Amino acid sequence: MKVEAKILLGLGLFFGLMCLVYWNWSLENAGGVMMFAGMLLGFLPGGYYYWWSRRMAPRPEDNPQAAQAESSVVVGAFPGSSIFPFVMGMGAFFVVLALVFGIWLLVPGLGLVVWALLGGTAEGRRSGEH
Amino acid sequence: MTDVLDPPVHVEHHDGGHEEHHGPTGILNWLTSTDHKVIGLSYTVTSVIMLVIGGLFAEIIRGQLATPNGTLVSLAQYNELFTMHGSVMIYLFAGPFAFGALANIIVPIQIGAPDMAFPRLNALSYWLYLTGSITMLSGFFTAGGAANFGWVGYAPLSNSLNTPGAGADLWIGGLLLTGFSAIFTGVNLCATIFYLRAPGMTMFRMPIFTWNMLVTAILILLAFPVLTAGLVMLYADRHFGTHIFSVAGGGVPVLWQHIFWFWGHPEVYILALPFFGMVTEVIAVFSRKPVFGYKGMIFATLTIAALSLGVWAHHMFTTGVVLLPFFSIMSLLIAVPTGIKMFNWIGTMWKGQIWFSTAMLMALGFLFTFLIGGLTGIYLASPPLDFFTHDTYFVIAHFHSVVMALVFGGMAGLYYWGPKFTGYLLNEKFGKMQFWLLFIGTQLFTIPLYILGLDGMPRRMAVYPNDPQWKTLNDISTLGAVLIGLSTVLFVINIVVSWKKYPAGDNPWDAQTLEWFTTSPPPHHNFYRLPQIRSERPTWDHNHPNYRSLQHGVHEGVHTLDATEESHV
Repeated sequence: MKVEAKILLGLGLFFGLMCLVYWNWSLENAGGVMMFAGMLLGFLPGGYYYWWSRRMAPRPEDNPQAAQAESSVVVGAFPGSSIFPFVMGMGAFFVVLALVFGIWLLVPGLGLVVWALLGGTAEGRRSGEH
Repeated sequence: MTDVLDPPVHVEHHDGGHEEHHGPTGILNWLTSTDHKVIGLSYTVTSVIMLVIGGLFAEIIRGQLATPNGTLVSLAQYNELFTMHGSVMIYLFAGPFAFGALANIIVPIQIGAPDMAFPRLNALSYWLYLTGSITMLSGFFTAGGAANFGWVGYAPLSNSLNTPGAGADLWIGGLLLTGFSAIFTGVNLCATIFYLRAPGMTMFRMPIFTWNMLVTAILILLAFPVLTAGLVMLYADRHFGTHIFSVAGGGVPVLWQHIFWFWGHPEVYILALPFFGMVTEVIAVFSRKPVFGYKGMIFATLTIAALSLGVWAHHMFTTGVVLLPFFSIMSLLIAVPTGIKMFNWIGTMWKGQIWFSTAMLMALGFLFTFLIGGLTGIYLASPPLDFFTHDTYFVIAHFHSVVMALVFGGMAGLYYWGPKFTGYLLNEKFGKMQFWLLFIGTQLFTIPLYILGLDGMPRRMAVYPNDPQWKTLNDISTLGAVLIGLSTVLFVINIVVSWKKYPAGDNPWDAQTLEWFTTSPPPHHNFYRLPQIRSERPTWDHNHPNYRSLQHGVHEGVHTLDATEESHV
């Protein structure tokens, strides 16, 4: 977990430095704001991973000498097949078409999205059992 | 409820613990599958169709430019064609092919994972990509035609006064959908690589392709939300009366360029890094050597990614309102890690037993073409040269060298990994013919454009002055484009000719990484068993116990799971 944390923290650090240099030098705000946001995107998950990496037991995937029997992969939490991603995708499709062809398309669009949200959540609770 | 795999203990699986996965078949399987291999294959087929569509646009463009005052298409149609050619190739082919198709199939298998971390989110990514592609292309069927303001959609040309009509809105809508698709794929790749690696697969044992995909995924997460936000602002300007990008209401048109290129330049590396990864794997396998400078390669990838986020305004040098020295220095610096990669690729081949298969030839074609594209990129990073060549065919030639190199990389990836996910090899004779057509075609296509650009021919023009030299150069370029088109036809013929003809076996290339340890195509949840992972070449170590990458004392053997346990892996 430490390597993962360091990559993200390094990214945040890079953006922080670049942000300082760029904002002071260029006197242009758009790029400075975007770099600041980029710094946050590095530090937030990076800090979270770093915090956890110091508190959790070492994982077998971080142990160079691990045997395959130590695998801790979790399987079965998600259904092997599900119609709801497709339903959600079609809902999003109609929502976007509503931006172009008329607001009435939001009715089928949001209907499909809500159906997919409810159905997908229920399916997730059943963890793949039909 | 979840099962934790603990092989010594028998765990009852929800499905009853069979090695076969019983899911829907046929079209229902395509609609409902959350298996990363099925989704990846859908991505592969869709993105190759997009390559063909974008390629057809390119052939029409080159046909129009074959004569100085071409009449193949009208001026308005030409605007639509070059806009949609760029949009289809960048948004709908190159990115989704890399991080949707090949990464989706290969990354989980390379790190020994049973699937992507969020299988249903992965399926949603595909549906957003497909519907986004349909949305963007459906502009051609509206009254005003498709979007026609260039693939960059610069304000104020893209506002509702200068570009009214549904085509532009469909372009924005399509990009919103494919943008979210990319973000979800980025999240999925990061989570998969961080959390689902097999025991012993430490970060610094991951194959270079997986590393590059991780860095690509992080770049996606940084860049795509910016584009999506920009598109929402553009839509608001067009329809809700805001003036974010128009001078009239106190807005700043250049802000669109800042936002677009803050996404657009990392996007170049979101496109390029996956193909760098593919080429690295192919060169190592077909040179019979480990990757030369493995950690240096990773360092170079990370450096390229970081620098790529600080160079966006080199696309905007001629606006006169950007900080020239900063962006010039940062852009020139990118040449250093890219050079490290070049030398590492050569170092990998050095004194290797090179096997000139189609995949290896494609990788070599990538090296050559990318070198030309990369070096001309260094010219363009220098503002004085950029002022001279901005918006001429020199820029077109530069980035077509780069993206054609990526096509070589993608073809190398398809010839190399195709047997893994289809179970069948492609015909090598047709493959080599395809390579030579593609290689000669690419150079004939791009090199005249460099000369035309230095001579001052502007981009995005449907007609040009009747100058004998310009006509000759354009004709050579069109001939190159035709050869590239023929090579694609040959690829399709190759698929038809070798359809289920040459069974591949588990490891046809004597390859090194984990995906070649399982069957072709891999079973549901990918592995029946895993080897011990003691280096970045676990499959090679297992197959060549006397020539292992690293010596770790006694050979520890392979842990084999029985059929009951396998379904949980």
